[in-house]
Amino acid sequence: MSALLEIDDLRVDFSRDGRVTSRALRGVSLTVEPGEAVGVVGETGCGKTLTGLSVLRMLPENATATGRITFEGKDMLELSAHELRAIRGRRISMVFQSPGTSFNPVFTVGYQIGLVAERHLGIGRKDGQRLVAETLHAVGLPNPESVMRFYPHELSGGMLQRAMIAMAIICKPSLLIADEPTTALDVTIAQQILRLLRRLQREQGFGVFFISHDLDLVSDFCDRIAVLYAGRVVEMGATAQLLARPRHPYTRALLEALPGKSEPGSPLPTVPGAVPGDRDEAPGCAFAPRCPLVVEQCFEERPTLAGIGAGQAVACHRWDAL
Amino acid sequence: MSGNLLELTGVAKAYPVPGSGRKGASLLAVDGVDLAIPQGRVFGLVGESGSGKTTVARCVLGLTPLTHGSIVFDGTDLATVDARTRRSLRREIQIVFQQPLAALDPRMTVDNLIAEPLTTHRLARGAALRERVGKLLGDVGLSSVHLKRYPHELSGGQAQRVVIARALATGPRLVVLDEPTSALDIVVQAQILNLLVELRDEHGLTYLLISHDLSVVRHLSDRIGVMYLGRIVEEGPAGALLESPRHPYTRALLASTRGRGSTSLDEPAPITGEMPSTWDVPSGCRFHTRCALREELGRPEVCQTTEPPRTTVGPRHVAACHFAQDARTQQAPPPDPAREG
Repeated sequence: MSALLEIDDLRVDFSRDGRVTSRALRGVSLTVEPGEAVGVVGETGCGKTLTGLSVLRMLPENATATGRITFEGKDMLELSAHELRAIRGRRISMVFQSPGTSFNPVFTVGYQIGLVAERHLGIGRKDGQRLVAETLHAVGLPNPESVMRFYPHELSGGMLQRAMIAMAIICKPSLLIADEPTTALDVTIAQQILRLLRRLQREQGFGVFFISHDLDLVSDFCDRIAVLYAGRVVEMGATAQLLARPRHPYTRALLEALPGKSEPGSPLPTVPGAVPGDRDEAPGCAFAPRCPLVVEQCFEERPTLAGIGAGQAVACHRWDAL
Repeated sequence: MSGNLLELTGVAKAYPVPGSGRKGASLLAVDGVDLAIPQGRVFGLVGESGSGKTTVARCVLGLTPLTHGSIVFDGTDLATVDARTRRSLRREIQIVFQQPLAALDPRMTVDNLIAEPLTTHRLARGAALRERVGKLLGDVGLSSVHLKRYPHELSGGQAQRVVIARALATGPRLVVLDEPTSALDIVVQAQILNLLVELRDEHGLTYLLISHDLSVVRHLSDRIGVMYLGRIVEEGPAGALLESPRHPYTRALLASTRGRGSTSLDEPAPITGEMPSTWDVPSGCRFHTRCALREELGRPEVCQTTEPPRTTVGPRHVAACHFAQDARTQQAPPPDPAREG
């Protein structure tokens, strides 16, 4: 079976006045199979959101993407604006982090969701609104007819996120990009939203590209996880395996740094220093200056992402020391 | 009670809501909170947005007057102190905010930011001031290379260290930590949590920790209070409360944060619905509209009619639930297929 989404050596540079000011993505490769949920985790600035935006070609104007993004056999980076419109919101849709700022405040929720359906499915206002009501019902909003007439500020964060999910699934996409879909919500509401996404994924069979800084959430939701560090995938594998036996020291650091797993009050295992800047790059591994397992080779030669069996891949010279 | 550095008794805070259509209407953000923190201990206050936890912090800091109740700090009632004592108390009670970059003046460099509280309270000047700033910088794990930087030149973790240094500058005894790591990445959060533990031990600090994140609260706290709609619904020693939670809301919160591959998303969510508005606090037990235990018990009427008393369920462990003593509260709620996910 061919992959639903295949990202191969994706690089994104930002430039100003013709000069590259930031190398944000430095070669990201990963795949999403049909119906599969793949999680992308990493810290602020590692490039996870940028990867998601690249797939939909929603990068800012001063960004240049190179590499290859293949979705349902089409090279996304080569598509014309016209071809792109047929995919965005229809075959690939996106759920953003802050539902409060993702809707237009001056139109009702029902009108906005209806526009997506009307444009992509070529149906009229009346059919569109009927479909909106059905979809709002499907995402667990009581009284869809009245919710439709609300403006975004009249709904709670949790209800708005349900409405955004309704907008994302109304055209039955084959890939849903969820960028921190629960980060702005309370934990109890987050659990409801995750379950909703899972149920819809089961019912409609779409693949999910799940972007989050929260390893716990990603572990619960995803079949496979990719760990990003400084614009590259440093480890990728099946969720259970990656959690049980992380092979990259950074993955291990992420797992151990979570409070709640160690003795209360005891020092949490953490790595020193901070994520490197996105301008220049030393020749070796980006994690080397912070790595507890570092050897000379790590500063000289950049490790590439290589399979180590059972579907797990890691970019580390010392992976077998873990 | 003696030995407590901070004692809140029946603290309530109502905010007037003009133009609401209801005459003299007010919104009761905090509705009768009691808590006590002994010197050198950490009390964790956990709850969802709108539960009133930040309002409690504002009351403790004296940023807003109380509607009812009292706050006693080291034997002094904060409501009745004269202006002079209040000023000196401000040195003893400090706060660390959630968003470090919003808490730092973007036009000031790190050295001036850390010096500011010392000059404001006339605690040091000249060479002594510079020495104090250098010491504080070291205490929070920064070095002299950061002295001349502006907030935007710092990472989130470094900025939060500056905020902590500012809070420590006046030599406080109580530090209110309002979501101190919510805006930070996991690895940075671990670094800051470690720093907070070190500082407590070195300076003998007392913390009132406010967070929505149970795992952060668990890591730092000796005692935990769980807030729901302006009240503490369960309170006890951190270990006992987390190991055998007796209020259905605490259990739902715990189930919501278990995580890391251990939660089946095909089972119903630990809690349904959303927290009602503070405008319309449900009758009886304020949690009854979302309570799984009440459903399981066949919706007993008492939940809807009577406010549950604080029931002792263990040593220094109380829960405000009519069925806190019920054996069933100690089991996990059974999955209910009727509940929507």
